[in-house]
Amino acid sequence: MSNTATNAVTAPPGGGRLDGRNGLGGAPRRGVASRIINRVGGGVVQAGLVVIALFWLLPTFGLFIASLRSETDNSGSGWWQIFTAPAQLTFGNYSELLKNDTITSAFVNTVLITVPATILVVVVAALAAYAFAWIEFPGRDWLFLVVIGLLVVPVQVGFIPVARMFGDVGLFGTIPGVVLFHTAFGLPFAIFLLRNYFAGIPRDLLEAARMDGGTEWTIFMRVIMPLGGPAIASLTIFQFLWVWNDLLVALIFASRDSQPLTVAIQQQVRQFGSNIGVIAPGAFLSLIVPLIVFFAFQRYFVQGVMAGSVK
Amino acid sequence: MSTESVGTRPPATPEAGSGRLGPPPWLSAGFLLPAIVLLALLVLYPILYTVWRSLYDAGGSRFVGLDNYVSMFTDSVTFGWSDSAAIGLVLVITVLTVIALTLGVITGAVQRSTALRIGLIGLPLVDVAAYFILAMNSPMFTAIKNNVIWVVFAPTLITALGLIFAVVTERIRWASAFKLIVFMPMAISMLAAGVIFTLVYDRAPERGVLNAVVVGAHDTFQPSTGYPGARPRPNGPLTAQGEGFITKQAVQPGRPALLPVVAVNIETQRKLATVKPAAARPGVISGTVWVDFAPGGGGAQNRPDPNEKALSGIKVEAVSGGRVTGTATTGNDGGFVFSSLPSGSYQLRLPESNFTPPFNGVDWLGPGLVTPAIIGAYVWMWAGFAMVLIGAGLAAIPRDALEAARVDGATELQVFWRVTMPLLAPVIVVVLVTLVINVLKIFDLVYIIAPGATQQDANVLALQFYLQSFGGGNDQGLGSAIAAVLFLLVLPAMAFNIRRFRQEQG
Repeated sequence: MSNTATNAVTAPPGGGRLDGRNGLGGAPRRGVASRIINRVGGGVVQAGLVVIALFWLLPTFGLFIASLRSETDNSGSGWWQIFTAPAQLTFGNYSELLKNDTITSAFVNTVLITVPATILVVVVAALAAYAFAWIEFPGRDWLFLVVIGLLVVPVQVGFIPVARMFGDVGLFGTIPGVVLFHTAFGLPFAIFLLRNYFAGIPRDLLEAARMDGGTEWTIFMRVIMPLGGPAIASLTIFQFLWVWNDLLVALIFASRDSQPLTVAIQQQVRQFGSNIGVIAPGAFLSLIVPLIVFFAFQRYFVQGVMAGSVK
Repeated sequence: MSTESVGTRPPATPEAGSGRLGPPPWLSAGFLLPAIVLLALLVLYPILYTVWRSLYDAGGSRFVGLDNYVSMFTDSVTFGWSDSAAIGLVLVITVLTVIALTLGVITGAVQRSTALRIGLIGLPLVDVAAYFILAMNSPMFTAIKNNVIWVVFAPTLITALGLIFAVVTERIRWASAFKLIVFMPMAISMLAAGVIFTLVYDRAPERGVLNAVVVGAHDTFQPSTGYPGARPRPNGPLTAQGEGFITKQAVQPGRPALLPVVAVNIETQRKLATVKPAAARPGVISGTVWVDFAPGGGGAQNRPDPNEKALSGIKVEAVSGGRVTGTATTGNDGGFVFSSLPSGSYQLRLPESNFTPPFNGVDWLGPGLVTPAIIGAYVWMWAGFAMVLIGAGLAAIPRDALEAARVDGATELQVFWRVTMPLLAPVIVVVLVTLVINVLKIFDLVYIIAPGATQQDANVLALQFYLQSFGGGNDQGLGSAIAAVLFLLVLPAMAFNIRRFRQEQG
């Protein structure tokens, strides 16, 4: 795992792309598959893949259509009815959703939690990763092994003690509390990922900067940060999605006023079971942002996930 | 794992001691301080506190030693699962392990002595433990049992799917589109995935897409033409036999048998034609099946009156000495005829297939299927992850190795199992370990998808932790013990990570 991380982030451009030449896509190769395909008949395999792709798309598509049908239509029949009755499509649920204070303020909370938690993790981890990669100090290797050990610590061990601690200092139930918890538990992976990437930056560049009399701070800002761009991008996107998608941490540390979208929707599921007119568009609202991020920064996200194969 | 297998350069390690120009060590403190404070305060200290807290009672004031751990495993324990189900799963675990070890030895990934040690000592211990966990029943045991099921099935299923997808798409033109589609669910939250799959698994076939498909397929092969809930007319010639009906006495050839039925759904009746008593045919067994109920009153019992309805499409069996000798089906007027029966004494039977309720789909989120159903949603989310990692590993396999084997006359299957798989083994191990760690902590999907009625049946450790410590259980002593157990379970993965890192650094 650790080395997948190093590989993913030290890979040459295109390394983590789904369509890149690095084997994630269809670079021409005479592999086992090609021969099997030739033998079985490409058509059958292709048809099978089309079915599987549909199978993977349909559930999300179903939610999307359900979010565009009225509560009455949804409780009486399935979303596939729109193929015979396209008139059922309506933006009614969404305009209701925008008037729903619980949901809109939860959406704002999600942003208020996700953005700081992402920035904090990136900044704090980049500083630490630079020290681990390029400053000699006693106990460095030992300390880094601790960071690696912390990679797999389940969040559950943090909840009871941190809830108590936050309660004592008045952070429990507040947005800063949620942000701090996310930051702390995001750090081991972030430091690990950035340190491995920073360590791959050519020594000469740093030496040259030091010769020119650059302080550690200017080297960090002028050399490391710009060159570490790809890894930082991966980390940013990965952490953004991680925090945006979180339910459990917010369920424990957020209050009614600070709850993010995931918790607000979850409450709807619990309380009203069949309140699909709110749940479906709400869930779609919560997944459309990650999907846009995913499609826009596909390559960095894939790299982040590959590197994150330990979390 | 060898770095080459994933196909890029290893990270350069800063050489120690060569930095004359290097900054003084104390400078590192400034850079490290924020991270160390956060990690120490919010991660390291909580680990210790959780372990310590698990030795105290619910309120946290009384030291109870290991009581929380003991009660975790003994509270309200009964034997739940049937022996056979538990033994079945233990067998699956055994077979999977043996297969994995055999493959490991063949491919050289595992040493023979290690495999023997695991197989002869480790496996029996795991089997005995698994048996007890599976056969016992309490919220905690259900949680552990489900975690075992999750850990055994979800990672293997996902890895197998990922491997198949990666191999099959290697040469497909639109592979990147396919991978994009399969990978997409990784980006969305478990909450959204949970909502998506509660819609998919909806019990009602008119709403849940899965049951709509299942019912559609079922009805194509086995159309339901039944009259559920119908009963023989009391004091009539028919009597219930099992779920079907049979005449009390043998019928006489040449005299049409009258087989009255009541309690047919009124909606169904509207669609039926009026009954027309069958004409007598000498020497032939025939008769009429109808609804012996005249709407609005009137009409004689056990006689087909003109305003009563015929039951069409009913299967009628001629039974002689317990054996079915012939079958007939009623027409629109309710009449049936056995044209070529050997002579003898016959009773007529209306088998239960006429009266079974229509197939209404599967209760996916019921007690029996809820965990497999949620695992299905999880597979949907994570298959792309396995596919992409394995695909990257596959692409990094040097073509020469494959070609060399082919030149030596290896078949494609041999190339796959003897060359590709061993080179892929490290990537597969990474995928499996990652999935196991994730699956151990599974919470959101179970919490969202499992309806209140079957939440206990779908329980897992992380959910039990939440319910005990925050979601109403109000016992943070027991909660801490569960968290400590979760922590204990990831320790091997922690050791794995640290060892791998040290090996890489040389």
